[in-house]
Amino acid sequence: MTTQAHDHDAALRFITCGSVDDGKSTLIGRLLVDSRTVLQDQLASVSKSGETDLALLTDGLSAEREQGITIDVAYRYFATPARKFIIGDAPGHEQYTRNMVTAASSADAAVVLVDATKLKWQNPGLELLPQTRRHTLLCNLLRVPSIVFAVNKLDAVEDAKTAFTNIRGALEDFTEAAGIQAGAIVPISALKGHNVVEPQPGWAGYEGPSLLALLEQLDVTPAETEEAFAFPVQWVEKFSSSADTSQGRRVFWGRVATGEVQPGQQVTVLPSGQTATVAQVLDHAREPKAVEARHSAGIILDREVDVSRGDWLLAPGAFAPSREISATVAWLDDEPLVAGRTYWALHGHRWVKAKVKRIVHKLDVNTLAEQDANHLEPNGIGHVELALQEPLVTLPYARSRALGALVLVDTASHKTSGAVLVR
Amino acid sequence: MNARTEPQLLSRISNRHLDALEEEAIFILREVAGAFERPALLFSGGKDSLVMLKLAEKAFGSGRIPYPLLMVDTGHNFPEVTDFRDYRAQQLGAKLIVRTLEDSIARGTVRLSRPDESRNPHQSVTLLEAIEEFRFDALIGGARRDEEKARAKERIFSHRDSFGQWQPKAQRPELWTLFNTRIQPGEHFRVFPISNWTELDVWQYIEREQIELPSIYYAHERQVVERRGLLVPVTELTPPKAGETVETRTVRFRTVGDITCTCPVESDAADATDVVAETLVADVSERGATRMDDKTSDASMEKRKKDGYF
Repeated sequence: MTTQAHDHDAALRFITCGSVDDGKSTLIGRLLVDSRTVLQDQLASVSKSGETDLALLTDGLSAEREQGITIDVAYRYFATPARKFIIGDAPGHEQYTRNMVTAASSADAAVVLVDATKLKWQNPGLELLPQTRRHTLLCNLLRVPSIVFAVNKLDAVEDAKTAFTNIRGALEDFTEAAGIQAGAIVPISALKGHNVVEPQPGWAGYEGPSLLALLEQLDVTPAETEEAFAFPVQWVEKFSSSADTSQGRRVFWGRVATGEVQPGQQVTVLPSGQTATVAQVLDHAREPKAVEARHSAGIILDREVDVSRGDWLLAPGAFAPSREISATVAWLDDEPLVAGRTYWALHGHRWVKAKVKRIVHKLDVNTLAEQDANHLEPNGIGHVELALQEPLVTLPYARSRALGALVLVDTASHKTSGAVLVR
Repeated sequence: MNARTEPQLLSRISNRHLDALEEEAIFILREVAGAFERPALLFSGGKDSLVMLKLAEKAFGSGRIPYPLLMVDTGHNFPEVTDFRDYRAQQLGAKLIVRTLEDSIARGTVRLSRPDESRNPHQSVTLLEAIEEFRFDALIGGARRDEEKARAKERIFSHRDSFGQWQPKAQRPELWTLFNTRIQPGEHFRVFPISNWTELDVWQYIEREQIELPSIYYAHERQVVERRGLLVPVTELTPPKAGETVETRTVRFRTVGDITCTCPVESDAADATDVVAETLVADVSERGATRMDDKTSDASMEKRKKDGYF
């Protein structure tokens, strides 16, 4: 492992995905144990009669231990001298896709596990498991910036080199056909620890860095500074009289979604349409400065305008508010999405009613082929048209996560029902 | 090569990742202020809640925290900690609400099976009574996912039903930073702004921000007995058992809770920098070193959380 310092100050958030029993929990256990993050008492708690079951380090719910599967995302933390890591251990079961989508929505990287023992590895034209394709496609759809494949259990096949060569070939064919920019493909044994933390030069014909060394090098998700300024108002601070701001003014706090804000910036308020000029910008230390995308800011305007939580401050003329959204929806609720029904939609900090006008088609989640549909099943993904009660400013999700993402909430059960990615 | 086993790496440990953790926590604290009508910040005077208070000061400005502080007092607290709690609340001009387990016992809503039983699990009853009394719709707490396996599974905005119960199999998906804070009457949320912090992050933050802590977090002399590998403090509530030898050791507390189930560790750490160094090389987890009540069962925390425990 390298101990060289990187300028990767922010923690890397990555998820592990793949099919059930591909060894996700074991891989995480291995990362934690070999980076010596797991402490003696925790290791003792998963060891019985001398055998350590690494998977038990992450399966923290009693139902998970009963069933031997991961149900919900477990978040784990470890640090090397180079970097701090936050792992989202996402479940592999199809019925828990919602939890996998949860973990992927905020991930900088995904490690997709491929179980070599489940594939016809002797065959150069082998077929990947549906869950491998599915999870890779989902990560790509959610724009996880880096996708890394870890071909696991190569210690359990007769010819690790042939197996790795053939599986790598199949992964390359698949990602190319799907238009996915894949990162590295690494042969590993989570059980034995090969190439996870320590490199194993030459094993399975691979000479590259270990999985951990790769993760230490990956970039975090870039802030959306290229787009015009957009700012969802999260909380309004009222000053009756105060020494540290202009008297009587209000401070609009929130996180800059796109672009940058500085004093002198002209803004339009959505939905009122009023315009104003930014008089002062505060950071969390309440010191005046310019603030760019992804950072929290307090904005003081030059005049009293009607602004409340949920409103947006926008660069004038840069966005076109719309009452219609065409979107890819990942359906997460047990109740199906039904055309004609109205849901709550949350965009930034704004809640609006959204009616499902039409389901254009649903996607075969294994291939992303389009099929006719009039509802979306739990864990289904489809192209949906929504009519909004009030106009919103959105950008395609492919351009901006901050402006292109919404969630749908069931008006009766209040469950978080859908992940909406604007097309 | 690893920070935990290489104390000389201390000088090279960056704390700049704390900026992102701080930013996330402040965002969540403001979200609670904006999204809920009657939130409260759980505040015990312990290190995690003092970090929370510091973050709230940054989010809202000193003296302007827009929600009250709430403490559930088991009556088994270390006096150094409760004194410090009162001192900080007063210093900030914050409203401090204290509800006691003793009152729940008097009301008959808490029944102890024996007088010396740990009061820690029973806090849930008093907490839920306080939630009902003040109709709180969100309670912010300093729990971290690195503390325990069940906590590692919990969302940042954790929905609780009208019995205050956590339902791990029915958690709401938490997508991007679009938090679904809608509730039915009687339900509430538990919100954990420092979910993604580790024990080391907390100590690095205490060091960086020069956060004042109760004295018992740093090395001091204390009478203890050794019991099942733990150092049990000798107090009125935890007297030595027959045959046990009382010794004076130099110790500090890594975590502070109910006296009857919280143990110190041997330490010479005089300040936060020393504690950061010790934490880097610790080989036993925070709870493993200090908590008697978590050892009973692998699922004890999960079970308590399902019952409404924080």
